[in-house]
Amino acid sequence: MITHSTDKKLIYSYLEEIKDPEVPVLSITDLGIVRDVILNNDEPEVIITPTYTGCPAMDMIAAGIKMVLTSHGYKNVKVTSVLSPVWTTDWMSEEGKRKLKEYGIAPPNPKQQVCNENLFAPNETVQCPHCNSYHTHRISEFGSTACKALYQCDDCKEPFDYFKCH
Amino acid sequence: MNAKIDYTLHLADTTLILSQRNSEWCGHGPILEQDIAITNISLDLIGQARNFYQYAAKLIGNTDEDKIAYLRTEREFKNLLLAEQPNGDWGQTILRQYFFSQYQYLLYQQLQNSKDEQLAAIAAKAIKETSYHLRWSGEWVIRLGEGTDESHQRMLNAVNELWGYTGEMFIPATYESPVVKENTGVSVDSLKQPWLEKVKTIFEEATITVPEKVFMHSGGKEGKHTEHLGFILTELQYMQRAYPNSEW
Repeated sequence: MITHSTDKKLIYSYLEEIKDPEVPVLSITDLGIVRDVILNNDEPEVIITPTYTGCPAMDMIAAGIKMVLTSHGYKNVKVTSVLSPVWTTDWMSEEGKRKLKEYGIAPPNPKQQVCNENLFAPNETVQCPHCNSYHTHRISEFGSTACKALYQCDDCKEPFDYFKCH
Repeated sequence: MNAKIDYTLHLADTTLILSQRNSEWCGHGPILEQDIAITNISLDLIGQARNFYQYAAKLIGNTDEDKIAYLRTEREFKNLLLAEQPNGDWGQTILRQYFFSQYQYLLYQQLQNSKDEQLAAIAAKAIKETSYHLRWSGEWVIRLGEGTDESHQRMLNAVNELWGYTGEMFIPATYESPVVKENTGVSVDSLKQPWLEKVKTIFEEATITVPEKVFMHSGGKEGKHTEHLGFILTELQYMQRAYPNSEW
């Protein structure tokens, strides 16, 4: 028989195991998309919020939560997605940002710089995750996934992804 | 309640159909970065469509997002005619996106204050993405408009093709007056002037003249479509029609 103390902290530690399938170094708690865990008679409900509206990883993440918690003995795991308050890159943990950089993706700047409607706005200054130079330029505002933009370093010449401010 | 369902379906259908159109560019964009850009926009739009469909399904009851998207016929779709217009060349696709994003940005600015919490939440979430679409498409309109003789001419052709489909965005459908009255929906007539002013500014930079006295098509929001929608749905709904209830 599986016995476990049904406290939220334990469930949160299990949720650490679930990675963003598109950025596999980040757990969903690093990303800041777990809003709450509610326990109803030992049956957990996990409240999550999407990063981007169309992020295809959300369905996989929801399935991952159910699988992981079920494998730890929980029954009838429920995952609910809420939109409000809106997720922004500020919800990402400092630990998450450090992991992103280590992985070669520039983490989001602490303050949103270009999330407005003005055209031809100057490029956001982004630090190269490889050589730490700020001498970089944007290649495209859209990248390999909805959350990333494509940059290149003018010093070490390496192209890199930037987890864009949102 | 019926008006709110129809209004939500209208918002969903427009984003789905435009997303489907944009996705036709996948693998065909003029350069890789722009191919990725237009398909990213497509993905954002389908995400918005899903949120609206899921909400509509909840309001209707006993159905789901897939049934609504895959099992309705063209007369039941309430999308803007602009969304279903063919891609044409890159210039035409860009201009269609710009016209739409400029409208959608103004729409979401107000919809995020809707008295309906879910519609407000969807708009608040999506407006950041819309600002990306607006910047990207607006910059391209200018770049092509005042680019070479060839690109300028193509933008003029695009304006010629699409301008007649912009009027519909600002004509309220029958289901819109009730939702505006209860402050859940946005009064689209109020968006017309700000939209026109923004377009004028962009067109000026792009050295394109704003057309005047053009006949405006309408009917899409009420289910009366151009001949293009049927073909789009044929492709979009094929799998569910051929293999009912299939999933992957």
